[in-house]
Amino acid sequence: MSYLKPLFRHPKLPKNKLGYTLKEYEGSLSTLCAGCGHDSISAAIVQACFEMSVEPHHVAKISGIGCSSKTPTYFLGNSHGFNSVHGRMPSVATGASMANKDMVYFGVSGDGDSASIGMGQFVHVIRRNLNMVYIVMNNGCYGLTKGQDSATADQGSKSKAGSINPFQAIDLASMAIELGASFVAQSFSGDKQQLVPLIKAAMHHKGFAFLNVISPCVTFNNNPGSTKSYDYVREHIEATSTLDFVPEMPEITASYEKGKSTKIALHDGSLIQLNKLETDWDPEDRISAVNALQQARIKNEILTGLLYVNAEWKDLHGVLNTYHKPLNRLDEADLCPGEDNLQAINARFR
Amino acid sequence: MKQAINDFIVRFANVNGTGSASANSLFAKTIFRMGIPVTPKNIFPSNIQGLPTWYEVRVSEKGYLGRREGIDLMVSVNPQSMEKDVKSVKSGGYFMYDSTKKLPAPYFREDIHYLGIPMMEMSNGAFADPRKRQLLKNIIYVGALVKLLSMDVEEVRQLIREQFEGKQQLIDANMQALQLGMDYVEGHFDYPLSFHLERRDLIGDKIMVDGNTASGLGAVYGGATVMAWYPITPSTSVAEAFEHYCKEFRIDPDTGEHKFAIIQAEDELAAMGMVIGANWNGARGFTATSGPGVSLMNEFLGLAYFAEVPAVLIDVQRAGPSTGMPTRTQQSDLLLAAYASHGDTKHVLLIPSSPQECFELTAMSFDLAERLQTPIMVMTDLDLGMNDHVSEPFHWDDNRKYDRGKVLSAEELEHIGKFGRYLDVDGDGIPYRTYPGTHPTKGSFFTRGTSKDEYAAYTEDGAAYKRNMDRLIKKWDTAKKLVPSAQLYQKENQSELGMLFFGTSQYSAEEANDLLQEEGLKIDAIRIKAFPFGSEVEEFVASHRLVFVIEQNRDAQMRKMIIMELETSPSKLIPVLNYDGMPITADAIKSQITQFLTLEKTQPHELSKTTL
Ligand SMILES: Cc1ncc(C[n+]2csc(CCOP(=O)(O)OP(=O)(O)O)c2C)c(N)n1
Ligand code: SF4
Repeated sequence: MSYLKPLFRHPKLPKNKLGYTLKEYEGSLSTLCAGCGHDSISAAIVQACFEMSVEPHHVAKISGIGCSSKTPTYFLGNSHGFNSVHGRMPSVATGASMANKDMVYFGVSGDGDSASIGMGQFVHVIRRNLNMVYIVMNNGCYGLTKGQDSATADQGSKSKAGSINPFQAIDLASMAIELGASFVAQSFSGDKQQLVPLIKAAMHHKGFAFLNVISPCVTFNNNPGSTKSYDYVREHIEATSTLDFVPEMPEITASYEKGKSTKIALHDGSLIQLNKLETDWDPEDRISAVNALQQARIKNEILTGLLYVNAEWKDLHGVLNTYHKPLNRLDEADLCPGEDNLQAINARFR
Repeated sequence: MKQAINDFIVRFANVNGTGSASANSLFAKTIFRMGIPVTPKNIFPSNIQGLPTWYEVRVSEKGYLGRREGIDLMVSVNPQSMEKDVKSVKSGGYFMYDSTKKLPAPYFREDIHYLGIPMMEMSNGAFADPRKRQLLKNIIYVGALVKLLSMDVEEVRQLIREQFEGKQQLIDANMQALQLGMDYVEGHFDYPLSFHLERRDLIGDKIMVDGNTASGLGAVYGGATVMAWYPITPSTSVAEAFEHYCKEFRIDPDTGEHKFAIIQAEDELAAMGMVIGANWNGARGFTATSGPGVSLMNEFLGLAYFAEVPAVLIDVQRAGPSTGMPTRTQQSDLLLAAYASHGDTKHVLLIPSSPQECFELTAMSFDLAERLQTPIMVMTDLDLGMNDHVSEPFHWDDNRKYDRGKVLSAEELEHIGKFGRYLDVDGDGIPYRTYPGTHPTKGSFFTRGTSKDEYAAYTEDGAAYKRNMDRLIKKWDTAKKLVPSAQLYQKENQSELGMLFFGTSQYSAEEANDLLQEEGLKIDAIRIKAFPFGSEVEEFVASHRLVFVIEQNRDAQMRKMIIMELETSPSKLIPVLNYDGMPITADAIKSQITQFLTLEKTQPHELSKTTL
C-alpha cells in the first residue's frame, strides 16, 4: 500500500467527533515492499483510530524490530513512537504504561519478534494483563532479514531458501488464550471489514488485547524455481543496479460472510484457508475458543474474528493499585517524604 | 599480646541458616551504641542452609572501617570449619567454642587461649523447643562476650527489647540466655580479656546501615516511581528497601492507592526495557542488579544511550566472571558498565563509598539521568550493599527540586517553529525532549535505535550519523561538569607519589596511607566518585610521578579506563589489586606499595621498561 500521499485534501472530507479527518491519523510514507500485508494493517489502525475519535497524541506506539515493527512510523504521525529492540517491545510498553495509565498503548510486533526472540516477554506481558493493544503482523517468516522461517511457519512449508520447515508452528492465539489474555482475536490483513472493528474493540478493551493478523509477505515466496524468484527475475531483466529486487504486488484483500470460510491465494500462488467465526459465537467461553482453534488447525484453517474476551479481569494497574493520577505527573510533594521523615529514619539506624 | 582497648577483631564461625545473624549483629550494634567505631562483615556462602558462614567484626578506636588481617578472638560454633578456624587465630589470641562436645586433640595450639563454653548443653537445659534451643545458643555466646569484653549489658538488653518489641516471651527467653552466658564466664574465666571495650563518644550522630537500604531509600527520595527488577544477589535488598519505604510513605491514606509501581520482571532484559519505557514516558524508573544482569541489559543500555532515554541502574557488584562467586565482593563490572553495549558507547557511572553516598548518589542519579538523557549506573558492591557500615546520617534539603532536564511543555512547543528532538540548541550536546501525549500536533517524534537526523527522522546518511555521534561526545563533556568531583585528600600535592581509589576501597586505602606515613612515606590521595573523570583527576594523574591505583579486580579495570580516557602513560599507573572476593585490606595495599617501591629502588632500569 505504499503510495505517495497527496498533500491536498478535499475540504469536505469526513470528520470524526474531534473534528479530525483521516489525515490526522496518518503517518509518514511507508518504505515497505509494495503489496506488503503490514501496510494494510497500518491502514486499518488509521481507520480504527479515526472512527474511535481518539486524540492521536494520546496514543503511544511501541514496537520491536522487523518490517512489521517499522509500521508505527506509517500511522498516527502525531503520536510518539518507540522502535525498541528485537523482541522486547512488551517490556518497554509495560514501563511506559506504568508511567502513564491514561494513554492508549499500541504494541506492534512480528512473528519473529514475538514468537522467537521475544517469546519470553510476549508470555509475561499476557500474564500481567497489561492494558494495551498488541498486534502481531504474522507473515510466517522473517521479512527484514530476508525470508528465514519464523516459529509460526507451518510444518512442511517451504522457505525462501527452499528448505522444508520440519518444526511445528507456534500458535500465538491459542497460546494467548491459554496464558490468560483477556482479549484474543485473529484476522487477515486484507479483510478490512473484519479488522477495523476488531482493532476498535481491542482499543476499547481494558486489559491485554491480542490481535494475531495474518499478513502476507511479498518477498517470502522467492523460492528458486519460481518464476518470481530473485534469480529468475535477475536473469530475465536488464539489471540496472545491484540493488535487491522485490516484485511489486497488488495488496491482497478479502471480504466474506461470517460463519463461512474462504481460500486466499498468496503472492506465490499458495493458498490459505480462512474461516470466519459464526455470528452466534460466544467469545466469553474460553474452553470453546481453545477447542475451536485446535479444530481449525486440524483442518488447516485459520479461524478469524474475536475468539475470546474477558472484561472482568483486572489489568496491571488494577492489580498494582496504582494512583489515579499518572505516575509521571507526580512531583516532589507527592513523592519525597522530606527531611523530617528522613531524620526519623536516621534514628532507626542508631 | 599487647593490651588493647577498642582495637581488635572478633570472627564468628557459624552454620548458614541457624539464626546466628541476629546474635552477631546484636554484638556489633552494641559496640556501635557504646560510641565505638565498628565494622561488621558477613562472609557467607552461596547457599541457604548448612554451609559455613562467618561474621567478622572489627573494632577500631581510630575509626578505621576497612578490613584488617588477623583474628584476635574466634567464636567457633561450627564443627565443619573448626579446624580451619583454629588455625586462623592470631598467636596469643582466643578461641571460644561450644564445649558440649570435647574439642579433638589436633585442634589444640600452644600459642592461643581456649574458652570452652557448653553452649548447646546450657541451651538444651534451659529451653524446651528445639528451634529456640538453636537460636538461643547464639545469645549465650553473646552473653559470654558481654563479660569477656566488658560490653555494656544494658545496651544489649535494650537492643533485645527493641528487636522483639511486643513479644514478651521472646524477650524473656533472650534475656535468660544472655544471663546464662554471662554467668558462665563469671564462674569459669578471668575477665575481661587482654583486649576489651570501653565506652567512647566517637560516633556522634552517625548511623549504622547497609548500602542497599540506603540506595532503596535514595530512590524514594529521588522521586523514582517505577522499579523493575529481577532477583539477584547482592542487589535484591535494594528492591526490598524501595518497596518497604514506598509502602511507608507513598500509599495514599484515603484511597490506598500506590504512588509507585514495582514489577518483578521475568528477567533482566525485561527489567531494563521497563525502566526505559517508564523514563521515555516521563517517569523516573530504575532497576537494581549485579554483573550477570548488566550483561543481559547490554543491548538495552546501548539503545538508551543512542536514543537518549534516561535510565538508572544500581549495580551491586559481586565476583565474576559468569556466576563467579555470587556472595563475594569485587569491583569488576567497571569496564562492562562504562562501555556497555556494542558500538561506540560510554556510560556515566557514580561510585559511592558509604551508605550516605549510596543514598545521595542514587537520588542524584535520577537528576543526572534526566538532565543528560542517558543511563546512569550507580556502582556499589556486595561489601557496601549488604554489610552494615557506620556512616554519616542522611540529609535532605526540603527546598531541593528534581531536575527533570530539558523537557518541553505544550506551551513551549507552541512557541517553537520546528521541534528538533536531536538538535543541539544550547551547544551542550543535550537536546530537548517531549513526553508522549504533550501536544495534539506538535512535538511528537519517533524514538529508535537506528540512526536519525536532528528531527528524529530515520537516516543512513553518514554525515548525519557522524553529527549525532559527535554531539553525543559533546554531551559526554558536559557530563564531566555535572558528575560529582573526585575527593582530593590535600589541596597541594606534597609528594611525587599518589594513590587513587574509589568505592569500598576507601577505608582500607586511607588506613594504608596512614600506615605508610607512619613509616615515613608520604603519598597524596584522590578518591574517584564518577566516570567520566573530571579535570581534577586528570591533574592529579599528571602531577604525580607514580600513581598507585587501588582496586578490587584482577585486570586493573579502573587503571585501564584512566589510560584510555586520559591517554596517560600506562607505566606511571601502578596497579594495587585484590580479587579474592574479600574486601581489600590496608595491609594488602601497604605491602603492595612498599614492595613496588623497594623493587623500583633495587632494579630501577627493569621496572621502567615494564608496563604493569
Ligand atoms: C538481537 C537481534 N538479533 C537479530 C536481529 C536481526 N533481525 C532484525 S528483524 C528480524 C526478524 C524480523 O522478523 P519478524 O519479527 O517476523 O518481522 P517481519 O520483518 O517479518 O515483519 C531479525 C532476526 C536484531 N535486530 N537483533
Ligand atoms: S519483506 Fe515482506 S514483510 Fe518485509 S516489507 Fe517486504 S513484504 Fe513486507
